[in-house]
Amino acid sequence: MPTTAKKLVSALALGTLATTAACGGGTDAATEDIELRMSVWTSNEDQLALFDSIADAYIADHPEIKSITFESLPFEEYNTTLTTQIAGGNAPDLAWMGDLSADLIDSGALVPLTETLEGTEGWDYPDLVPSVTGEFSRDGELYAYPFSNSPFALYVNTDLLTEAGQTLDPAGLTWDKVSEIGAAVHDATSKGGFVVNDFNYSSWNTLATIWTGFGASAWNEDGTECGFTSPEMTEAFTFLHKAIYTDESMPGPGTTADFFAGDAAFAVAQVSRAGNLDGSFAYDIAPLPAGPAGDYSVIGQAGMGVLASSANAEAATGFLAFLTNPENAAQLAQYFPPPRQSLLTGEALAANNEKFTAEQLQTVVVDQIPDAVTLPNHTNPAEIAQKAKTELDAMWAPDADIPGVLASVCSAIDPLLVAG
Amino acid sequence: MAIGTRSAPGTAAAAPGAPARRGRWWTLGRADAAAGYLFIAPQLLGVLVFVIVPVGLAVWYSLNDWNVFTGELTYVGGGNYQAALDDPALPSVLGATAVFSGGVVALNIVLGLALAVMLNRRFKGAVLFRTLFFSPVVVSVVAWTLVWGFLLQDNGGINGALAMIGVDGPNWLQSGPTAMVAVTFTQVVRSVGINMVLFLAALQGVPGELYEAARLDGADSRRIFFKITLPLISPTLLLTAIITIVGALQSFAQIAVLTEGGPGLSTTVLVYYVFQQAFSFNDIGYGSTLALMLLTFVMVLTVIQWQLRRKWVFYED
Repeated sequence: MPTTAKKLVSALALGTLATTAACGGGTDAATEDIELRMSVWTSNEDQLALFDSIADAYIADHPEIKSITFESLPFEEYNTTLTTQIAGGNAPDLAWMGDLSADLIDSGALVPLTETLEGTEGWDYPDLVPSVTGEFSRDGELYAYPFSNSPFALYVNTDLLTEAGQTLDPAGLTWDKVSEIGAAVHDATSKGGFVVNDFNYSSWNTLATIWTGFGASAWNEDGTECGFTSPEMTEAFTFLHKAIYTDESMPGPGTTADFFAGDAAFAVAQVSRAGNLDGSFAYDIAPLPAGPAGDYSVIGQAGMGVLASSANAEAATGFLAFLTNPENAAQLAQYFPPPRQSLLTGEALAANNEKFTAEQLQTVVVDQIPDAVTLPNHTNPAEIAQKAKTELDAMWAPDADIPGVLASVCSAIDPLLVAG
Repeated sequence: MAIGTRSAPGTAAAAPGAPARRGRWWTLGRADAAAGYLFIAPQLLGVLVFVIVPVGLAVWYSLNDWNVFTGELTYVGGGNYQAALDDPALPSVLGATAVFSGGVVALNIVLGLALAVMLNRRFKGAVLFRTLFFSPVVVSVVAWTLVWGFLLQDNGGINGALAMIGVDGPNWLQSGPTAMVAVTFTQVVRSVGINMVLFLAALQGVPGELYEAARLDGADSRRIFFKITLPLISPTLLLTAIITIVGALQSFAQIAVLTEGGPGLSTTVLVYYVFQQAFSFNDIGYGSTLALMLLTFVMVLTVIQWQLRRKWVFYED
């Protein structure tokens, strides 16, 4: 073969190879069968197996559905990944959602569910507890099914309390008492007093599990006015600052204290975190301690909804109705505190819970949900969270100007609240 | 057509004195040119798809507001550029970027050169030390940063070691200045090995007779280093300066994992700020504007260095 021809052939081969590589993994031929995809953040094999089994049962009765896939995304990157998929035109048909729900609902990215769920035979819409649907509703219309409603509770490492010679009376427990015992444990054992799980001096919204007890809130009910400058919020942060820098009952910034590894006497965490208890220490659980404003409860929620951009929104909504019907909701309740009144009993929850007794679950879950408030949520949650965090960083120093820092938080997030 | 005679692409080749052949379009020159273009096509395609098109799209996005949830693009003209001028956080971000990048570049080059000079000798264990200093380069940046995150905790390994010698270490990641020191240090230690290897290669290319002549002329080590070594490795110095500056301006994982840009905005460098705006806050338009600003910085700095090379880079030819 002449040299030039050889060059041409080899160049063509290289070009073909590169083109093949670039286009590798092409999609299968188009099919009329419906393939549904649901984004979730759990990677728990048991939970995924349960979802698969429910999906298989649905597919068996719906031949038009070819497959239902549960796509497990890392929790830390979940919102970013989901929004990137939506922006890139590769949105799933259904998705779990946490603090992204307000943005999704307000931008019309979710399919309204009320009519479908009410019209599904046996679904029993009135069974939903009213306090858990508000976060996922607009003007009485439900946009996501609140499948997980996990109250925050106070976990107690009773071994550490015993080691420090402390006793705890759950009745009438206050934050001042928790701080007092926590300081005593820290003095006696060098372990942490109380920690707020996942706070890490970054996720400040988790502090709502404390400031709500002081009568404070991050913003007013319609989310237009900042609440950080209120006297109640100042009192709450004064309590926290004192606990960190004076009483040393709360580990300071940059100090690792994992309650579930036995590093702290108390932890504020969701009841659903009980799976992290590995039996290496004796524990108890109690409702959140009372603050100056009295008793209160806070829940962390997760919902599942149908993306309006889905080409198969109707089929996806049908599957969601099946996934959340009373029978399947009872199955999901073994992992996620349910939104259905009929499933919210201590006995029902204890049937699938090895960590707590029916009485404990009645106290820390069932009795808390009806009057619970949710963690602060707003449209544009990530920017609000970041702007407030940037200002709150100045709080975590021994000589912090508490009212000054809180005022700067409001200055930073006020424009976003107004815009929202 | 005479075999072996080449012509410029696109022109017909003809033996001297032979009558020109008209009407033949597919000439040897054109065939050669086509082969050349086909060979560079994969690379060209890559640059087009992964550089030219994304930059073009970034320019377009920077002129729009994009609601990522609905896919709605609203043309705002220079609105995002005006927002950058009005952004109260941007001066702090640019300041942190300058301090971080300046620190990384200065330390990386000085340390890389110092290590290369020290290890450019024959002594027992030289290979071991070279491997030791180079090994962080091949470690995953996230894994590397996570480990340093634990070490830099208030009750972490660094302060534990300092306590053993009676020093009460600071809470490294919780105050602005020490957090900046920490992220700069972890970046330098991770990447200094690559500069060290480049400098080592350059040092080994300096002719030994030049050193010998200098010593015979009575030059001391300091003079030899500044008058012979440094000028002769200046092309490598230029290369390392460019890649280190570009690398420093692109540092993301260290900031994301160690400090999340805090405390306050003290370690929020421009590339992390771009990520926050575009992917956390879903403001793709403003994020694209800032990304173009970063691209401009990198290009301007590279061009400046390239232009200045005539003044200080020594080329043997």
